[in-house]
Formats: sequence, structure tokens, C-alpha cells
Amino acid sequence: MSGPLLKLEGVEKSFGTKQVLRGVDLEVARGQSLVVIGGSGSGKSVMLKNALGLMTPDKGRILFDGEDVTNATGKARERMRARIGMLFQSGALFDSLTVWENVAFRLINTEGTKRKDAKERAIETLKKVRLGSDVAGLYPAEISGGMQKRVSLARSIISEPDLIFFDEPTTGLDPITADAINDLIVEMARGLGAAAVSITHDMASARKIADEIAMLFEGRIIWRGKAADVMNSGNAYVDQFVHGRAEGPIQPAI
Amino acid sequence: MANPLQLVGRITLGLFAEIGRLAVFAGRVKIAAFTPRWYGGEILRQMVRIGFYSLPVVGLAAVFIGAALALNIYEGGSRYGAEQFVPNIVVLGISRELGAVITGLMLAGRVSAGIAAEIGAMRVTEQIDALETLSASPYRYLYAPRFIAALATLPLLVMAANIIGVMGGWLVSVYGLGFDSTVYLRNTVDFITRNDIIVGLIKAVLFGGIIAIMGCYQGDRSQAGATGVGRAATHSMVGAAVLVLAFNYVLSTLFVEIGV
Repeated sequence: MSGPLLKLEGVEKSFGTKQVLRGVDLEVARGQSLVVIGGSGSGKSVMLKNALGLMTPDKGRILFDGEDVTNATGKARERMRARIGMLFQSGALFDSLTVWENVAFRLINTEGTKRKDAKERAIETLKKVRLGSDVAGLYPAEISGGMQKRVSLARSIISEPDLIFFDEPTTGLDPITADAINDLIVEMARGLGAAAVSITHDMASARKIADEIAMLFEGRIIWRGKAADVMNSGNAYVDQFVHGRAEGPIQPAI
Repeated sequence: MANPLQLVGRITLGLFAEIGRLAVFAGRVKIAAFTPRWYGGEILRQMVRIGFYSLPVVGLAAVFIGAALALNIYEGGSRYGAEQFVPNIVVLGISRELGAVITGLMLAGRVSAGIAAEIGAMRVTEQIDALETLSASPYRYLYAPRFIAALATLPLLVMAANIIGVMGGWLVSVYGLGFDSTVYLRNTVDFITRNDIIVGLIKAVLFGGIIAIMGCYQGDRSQAGATGVGRAATHSMVGAAVLVLAFNYVLSTLFVEIGV
């Protein structure tokens, strides 16, 4: 099917009297890597959760592969999620399961793959993110933060999704590990031919993994362009953000 | 300063809203528990955690309550020359009331608060969001196994508490109050009826449901941070304990009314 793989149309979301999203319009094409930047509290995570169906928008529509999934439930939601991977900011690995059981979770619990076969595929996928089979039997608490991000990345790609969301993929990592994670994100997304939507305020990460960058400010997309143009966007808000200046139209969140 | 009527109204509306949310949550857990798909491994794991690991604490509580009950009945009975009724009242009190109530209260603390803390931590670390993105319903994967395990293991724990509680009374009566062991046990067995046991087991099933639902509900609604998770654990324990006591009274009244 032609057309964007993911489309958000006028998405609005409030919590009580606080309006977080004020009409977000966004399109992601197949195979495209889009990074959404924005300051703390700008609504990036809320936008992502609405796109994933973890929250329901107050207004607007979300279309996945042409199908309106705004209020999808049951099988329709499962069909959508079967084609989506997600790397959470915290990794969100299940504490009570080993590394390989985390990676193979979807295979065992949703797709009904036998544990032995699922373990083999999990170990193969761990190798793709540069983790050896020696970590497969460990629990998440027994590995480092960088390794947890890799395991979470392996979990998000094991079913070869069409679209992968990355929520602050490099937060909390040292610069070298962060760069390695960025390389893996690019490699995995391109290797699968998947579209990627990442949210971050790490500009080094954004420039490395993005084809295009969009900026979310006060609940709206205020700029979108090629990753190469972001440092010279001509938009005062984007300029202030990407150059990390306290002075400018955006008030620091303190 | 707020108008007192407004304040009362706001509290009342908040209470009804909370009851409504809890009822909807409980309904969804029940649907997940009694319709496929079931996660057998998770159910077994929870049965071990909720049932087997609670046995020591339930047993200890039951033996001391049984012993104290025997002492007090002896003390009270001796005022009217009715000491011989100690075994009868101990077994009646434990099988119809105390076995189930002790187990319910101990598990409100040990299990309900534990479930709330575990699920609350999963909520705030996005593990429950991760489950949903992996097409696994938290109702089926997390809440239903705990609910089923609590329904299945509470009656077994109550049976154990009944036996251990009666033995606590027997120990004190035989070794402290001079009762004959054989006579004590014969009086116990002759006095208890099948209905007395069934009453305790019906309560156990209901208490199991309350304990699991309260733990899951408070954990699911947990706010971010250590304080939020701690508050969820406290609320689940207090809520489960109060509901156990309230429903115990309701059921006791019902059983007395219908002559069971």
C-alpha cells in the first residue's frame, strides 16, 4: 500500500486542565527514520504513547498503514502491534524473566513459538546487537544499563517489525555506549527496512539516526526538515534548542 | 475556605468514582481469568508464591490464635462451670470465623501489598506498557494468574489454618489446662459439622479474590516513584484488610440467616 506507514492527524491530549498535545500532525514513510526533538515536558512521550495505542487521543486520528487505529481494540490492535517494535527509555525489561526470555517474549507468549526454538532465535537476535549467548541466562538486574538497552533493542526487532519506536534511546548512557546504541539503531532499522520514530533531546543521537527531524513545542510540530538542515533551520525555536542556548523564545523548564 | 457541603459532595463523588473504577477493574480481571487464553506457568508460579510461601506465616498466626482462644474460653467458661466446652467453641470459632479471617488478614499484608508493590514497580518502570506493546494483555498475563492462584490457594490455606488453629487450642488445653487429649479431640471431631467447614471455605474463596484484586488494582494505579509504589502497597493492604473484615461480617450474617 502506498502512503505513509504512520500518520497522526490533529492529535490532541489533555490531562485534567493541562493540554499536552494541541493538534499534532505527523507522517512517517516506510523505511524512513524520523526523530522528534523537543524539550522536557513538550509532549514527546505522550505523542509516542498515543501513536502506540497506550493512550487514546481526546481529538484527532491515528492511521497505521492506512487503517484508522485511533480507538482500535482487540484483534485490530494486536494486528497493529504485531508490526511494531518499541525500545523504552528505561529498557522496560521484565525483572522476573531472563535476558533470552525477555527477547523471546513475543514469540513465546503471543506467537506460540516453542521455547526451544524461541531461545535459539533470541540468541541469534542478541548476537545482532553484539551480545553473546553468555548473557542469555542472566536476569536484567545482572547486566549494565547499556546491555539492557541492547537487550531491549533485540526484543523490539526479533519479530522483524515494519515500524520501530525509540523513546530516548541514549538517555543515561555514557557517550561511547550511546554512540554504539545509535549505530545499532541505524543498522537494525536499515537492515530490516523498517521505519523508525525516535524521540530524544540528544542532538548527537538525533543527527546520527535521523533522515528527517521534527520539533515538538507546546504540543505542536513547529518545524520539520532534513537532518542535515537542523543546525541551520532558520527557525528561532529550533536554533535555540539544537544549540542548547538558555536565551531565546523557549523558556528553560526550571 | 471550602464550603463543608461542597467538601462532603466532593468526597462522596470521589468515593463512588473509586468504587466504580474498582468494580470495572475487577470485572475485567474476572473475564480474563475465566476465558482463554491462560498462562499456565504464571498461574503455577503465583500459586507457589501466594499459597506455599504463605503457609508458615498463616500456620504461626493460627497456632497462637487457637491457643489464646482456648485459654480465654477456659477462663470465661470456668465462671459458669462450662470449661468442658473449650474444644467445641475453639473448633467452631476457628472453622467458621477465625481460620478464614486470620488467613485473609495475614495475606492482605503479605500477598496483597506484595502484589501491589510488584505491579506498581512494573507500572512505573514501563514494564506494563512494554507488555501491551508485545501484544500481551496485563489482565491476562499479570492479573488473572494472581487472581486464579489466590482463589485456588486460599481455601487450602484456610484448611491448614483450621487444623493448626485447633491444634493450638489442643496444645494449651492438654498441656496447660489439664484436658485429656483423647476426649478433647473426640469432642472436637464430634462437634464440628460439614457446614462449619464449608462456611470457612466459601469465605476463603471470596477473601482470595479480594486480596488479589486489591493488590492488582492498587499496583496498576500506582503513581511514579518510590512514594507512589509504597502508597499503592499500603492502600492495597488496608483496603484488602477492611474488605475482608466487612465481607466476613456480611457472609456470617447471611449464613446465620439461612441456617448454614
